[in-house]
Amino acid sequence: MTATVHSKPRRRQGEVVIARPEHSKESPLSVHAMTVAYNKKPVLWDVDYDAPANQLIAIVGPNGAGKSTFIKACLGLVPSASGQVEFWGDVYKRARPRIGYVPQRESVDWDFPVSALDVVCMGRYRKIGWCRPVTRKHKRAAIECLDRVGMASLAKRQISQLSGGQQQRVFLARALAQESDLYFMDEPFAGVDAATERAIVDVLRDLRASGKTVIVVHHDLQTVPEYFDHVILLNMRVVASGEVADVFTQENLQRTYGGRLTLLSEASEAIAQAASGRR
Amino acid sequence: MITFDIGADLFPLIACTLAAICCGLLGNFLVLRKQSLMGDAISHSVLPGLVLAFLVAAEINPSVMFAGAALAGLATVVLIEAVKKVGNVEPGAAMGVVFSIMFALGVLLIEQAAARNIDLDASCVLYGQPESLAWFSAPPSFGDLFAWRTIGEMPRQVMTLLAMTLLSVIFISVFFKELRIAAFDPALATSLGFSATLLHYALMIAVAGATVASFEAVGSILVIAMLVCPAASARLVSDRLLPQILWSVAFAIASGVVGYFAAIAVPAMFDRDAVSIAGSMTVVAGLLFAFTAVASPTQGVLARAFRQRKLARLVALEDLLATIYRRDEQGVGAAPAAQAEVSLQSHRLQSVLRLARKRSLVTGELGSLALTNDGRRVAERLVRKHRLWEDYLVRKAGVAPDHVHESAERLEHFAPAPSDGPEKDPHGKPIP
Repeated sequence: MTATVHSKPRRRQGEVVIARPEHSKESPLSVHAMTVAYNKKPVLWDVDYDAPANQLIAIVGPNGAGKSTFIKACLGLVPSASGQVEFWGDVYKRARPRIGYVPQRESVDWDFPVSALDVVCMGRYRKIGWCRPVTRKHKRAAIECLDRVGMASLAKRQISQLSGGQQQRVFLARALAQESDLYFMDEPFAGVDAATERAIVDVLRDLRASGKTVIVVHHDLQTVPEYFDHVILLNMRVVASGEVADVFTQENLQRTYGGRLTLLSEASEAIAQAASGRR
Repeated sequence: MITFDIGADLFPLIACTLAAICCGLLGNFLVLRKQSLMGDAISHSVLPGLVLAFLVAAEINPSVMFAGAALAGLATVVLIEAVKKVGNVEPGAAMGVVFSIMFALGVLLIEQAAARNIDLDASCVLYGQPESLAWFSAPPSFGDLFAWRTIGEMPRQVMTLLAMTLLSVIFISVFFKELRIAAFDPALATSLGFSATLLHYALMIAVAGATVASFEAVGSILVIAMLVCPAASARLVSDRLLPQILWSVAFAIASGVVGYFAAIAVPAMFDRDAVSIAGSMTVVAGLLFAFTAVASPTQGVLARAFRQRKLARLVALEDLLATIYRRDEQGVGAAPAAQAEVSLQSHRLQSVLRLARKRSLVTGELGSLALTNDGRRVAERLVRKHRLWEDYLVRKAGVAPDHVHESAERLEHFAPAPSDGPEKDPHGKPIP
């Protein structure tokens, strides 16, 4: 039950500076003092975060708060100006086989001439290795992953013939095929139908049950308490992070979202729901 | 009339076709990466590399030329990335800046070489000289071709092209899976340990190699066309990568062979001299693309128009059934309303009526049409959906009751019905 809440100027005089715990081998992700800038404009500023193992973790924050950038910087897809990222106390390169990434759906060309099964098989390429063909064994494993997201019957479809939600599920199945221990997912719930949302939630819970850690960029405040254990409130800095029950409060949301009224009313609804859920 | 002379035609034809296959194969990945212009860029900017290699070796030495071109190709890719980053411009602009300057540099170098009495000509670079591949000691009949002598007398250009084509085939088959993932999702490829950058450079070296191999015989115009056209046409007829690649080879061979003979035969029809072979092949490749864009069975203009028509006919059929249903509901005798309300042109109405009769959904003649039991079931389902949607739009989406008919009219054909609703729609009509 630990919750760290960072005040804006982090080290004012006279204030007690809480010593950061040493990077532990148990924490799947430790970020220390990460700063990322695009064209000299900071997007993330001095971010510290230690992810608890075996939890479902949501990253929430307003548009442009740097949520996707946080994930990409952790994975080295965008360069960070400063700071360290460690996975289980190790650098990314060595931890890479244990990390899976589900990018935003728009990041690829869905007219690409491949089937759903081909895309899921891509998740197994590391296990297959350079220059070896995709064998039947790997295809079977890929179909199993498609089955877990309810898409086995559409395995042979070309990906442009799938609906948006189905495409998202293909991406999820591909991540499952990677058999990672830590997953990053960038807005998997964006613009999906109800069936897909349920399928994703089921998969997330499956993953937690089998000891994995999942970090999800999430935009729907209302569902945070229902779907997630931990939450990072992000707006260029980490405004607050910790267990949903402790951190997901009206006050913290207000500090994250500023004066955006529509979002705030949504947030208060979500908090009311969370409170009634705890009762 | 087409004549084939082994001496004059065999090696030029083989050279042009091999160049087309080689570039067509590699072009698939350029097109998929949305980097077709990269082929254009590389094929132009290898020129200074070629000329420098030529000046260094003082003769046409394939391996030195290849090295020079590969280096120039790599330099192009690096420079394009640099211009993109430093200049903060879009990729197309970066490519344009780099390759035009590199090409210009090549032209200047050629002029310098010419001053030193070295035979290099800028127009050769564009169109090549397939005619120079004539085989003067050719055997008179095809039967005599199957001899070791043939291989020995194969011109160097043809050998180089053959080698480069084989290399491309090997490159694509060995790295098929890697090239595919790097083209589809470079970020994932890199995170899985298949460096997308490395594969990109490898592909660019292969493109530079294909350019060099092709350049002497067929020139850079054909190279650019073959890097894009066969792959673009193949994309229109296949939705899987391997069939697409095979199709692109077929399109490349067709462009090569048809273009070669057309260069002689078509001008002959108008009593003119033969035209440039490379130019003719490029035109054929373009025509093939135009033909596939129109006639492709899945994505062609015709196929899409046909599907559209079929859909429009189904919608009109449903509208007709629903109109008769509503007329019966109101009990306004045998109103001749069908035609007016379905608002179809009369010939369309006739075809819709034929369809309805064929599926035995209606009986009777226009003016006294009646629904069969099957027709009634279809119409009832449709009217139910329409009124449920109206109800949904008014109650859940807050649309005014007199604004919902149009939307419901569209939704009734395509969207599933809202799960539940009241007995009556917003206009007081019963929901069946």
